[in-house]
Amino acid sequence: MLKDIFHKKKRYAELTSKDVAERLGRRPKQEMITTEKAVQVPEGLMTKCKGCGESTFTKELEKNSKICPKCSYHYPITAAERIALTLDEGLFFEYDAGMTTVDPLGFPDYTSKIDREQKKSGLQEAVLTGEGTIGGYPVVLGVMDSSYFMGSMGSVVGEKITRAIEHAMAKKYPFVLFTASGGARMQEGIFSLMQMAKTSAALSKFSEAGGLYIAVNTYPTTGGVTASFAMLGDINIAEPGALIGFAGRRIIEQTIRQKLPDDFQTAEFLLKNGMLDLIVHRKEMKDTLANLLELHGGGVGGE
Amino acid sequence: MANELMFEKPLLELQKKIQELRTFSQQSGLDFSEEIDKLEKKAELLASNIYEDLTPWQRTQLARHSERPTTLDYIAGICTHFVELHGDRNFGDDLAIVGGIGKIDGIPVTVIGHQKGHDTKENIARRFGMPQPEGYRKALRLMKQAEKFKRPVICFIDTPGAYPGIASEERGIGEAIARNLIEMAGLRTPIICVVTGEGGSGGALALGVGDRVYMLENSIYGVISPEGAAALLWKDSSLGQRAAETMKITAGHIHSFGVVDGVIPEPQGGAHKDTAETIAAVKETIVAALRELIEIPSDLLVEQRYNKYKQMGHYAEL
Repeated sequence: MLKDIFHKKKRYAELTSKDVAERLGRRPKQEMITTEKAVQVPEGLMTKCKGCGESTFTKELEKNSKICPKCSYHYPITAAERIALTLDEGLFFEYDAGMTTVDPLGFPDYTSKIDREQKKSGLQEAVLTGEGTIGGYPVVLGVMDSSYFMGSMGSVVGEKITRAIEHAMAKKYPFVLFTASGGARMQEGIFSLMQMAKTSAALSKFSEAGGLYIAVNTYPTTGGVTASFAMLGDINIAEPGALIGFAGRRIIEQTIRQKLPDDFQTAEFLLKNGMLDLIVHRKEMKDTLANLLELHGGGVGGE
Repeated sequence: MANELMFEKPLLELQKKIQELRTFSQQSGLDFSEEIDKLEKKAELLASNIYEDLTPWQRTQLARHSERPTTLDYIAGICTHFVELHGDRNFGDDLAIVGGIGKIDGIPVTVIGHQKGHDTKENIARRFGMPQPEGYRKALRLMKQAEKFKRPVICFIDTPGAYPGIASEERGIGEAIARNLIEMAGLRTPIICVVTGEGGSGGALALGVGDRVYMLENSIYGVISPEGAAALLWKDSSLGQRAAETMKITAGHIHSFGVVDGVIPEPQGGAHKDTAETIAAVKETIVAALRELIEIPSDLLVEQRYNKYKQMGHYAEL
């Protein structure tokens, strides 16, 4: 079996999840929570849950994959944390780490905003792409990170995702993508819009070749990302409570002058309306992905 | 004139004055031909001053003009044998998108487009050209039908964007747009798109993945409306004028970026000033592209389409 060739074979240098975090230049984890509007007790010792309002020791929250132990509220996590939770031993061979943003429209303050976002998040851009294994199965993995520029999609995000899909196609690996994005990046205007077409075109080719694509929607997946690759998985998964939608809540309220239902644009709302295959708890995500890969014979499609 | 735009007011007033002078000359039998000549020369100069170098905001106003030709006007002017087809076979028939089969220059084609109304009543029925998911799914059904019967697809784009509402989200507007993008990318028949008015965001792009994409001279194409951009960037939607400049949404800009393949000229003052001339120019462009594209084998066509979209975007590599 082709799949056995890949099984358990050590392809990359050993890296622990801590190494990955350091390599990506991340700051200590508890600081990340400040970007999440969570009300904090001084020193970040305790974190008050956005879901149930209960306070939890921040350390305990982190040990629990940033899921509230009381109500299961899923806090957004960084791309590095996601990789550590998803890939075997957190081993990740990154693609296109040196790709950076330019300012194609000459948009006021865009360059300085990019600088600030990079310093704030420690990331080059809003997505990391690369490869690793999940339950022994090799995959091409993309992880978006909303702590950088709201995870918005400009040219770099579109190009990295497109290249990742091309790699998956060339290597006959499945493609798994965790989405987290406020939508298209306005500062790149029409070029941002065209990334929707470009990534979808790559997925079209990949699908035609029999490749398996699993989209995992996490908080928040909105706008142009929802209207392209986030909804195009052979299997669409979401984390519980994730915000997923196309138009912004405020715009809809202004248009229809009507109060929106409480669960509007949540993962549960999308599941009920037939837009998702399943909602998976963060702690069960890796096993679920591994099982789906197993069911697809490692996801080596077509031939 | 009910639909006059602020920036053309001086010209329209002058033209009115010339008309009055003509009428007076006829009624009184006095000869004002010299004065009329002089005023007409002045009007010509004024017109070229006003229209030659329109600002992005002025073009935005022209792109949204209520008398601007709509998809059904283009179909009536360009196609013979046209039959409109309705419905997505799943939920309903969205009047914000129209589609059907006709012939252009003797070639059977599928034509699809956003449809705005020419008056308020029609605009309400057609949701001002803002589709819900079933509109995009109708479009997709017609595209797949075109692929089956090896007909090229022509898309006319003119929408402020997909309709933002509860029903849209319930029925998966994101999925509907995304599905069109992936299917259009792989469609094994030629696709020609023309942005005729407003190219508003994903709701426009969902009919806009093609082998050739053109924009009318005064149409706009952007990731967000100028007002939406202003609201997000400066928390003030009344700054749309400024955002129209910043976002670089005019046909000239978009063409210079290599995102569209050509710009179709409009009559002086905009497409609605001479609808027949506009439609003739659009037809000429479509026919030339059609003749070229129907010769290309479908494998190569899809490959070329992929390569075209693959190179869109700007980035640097360290």
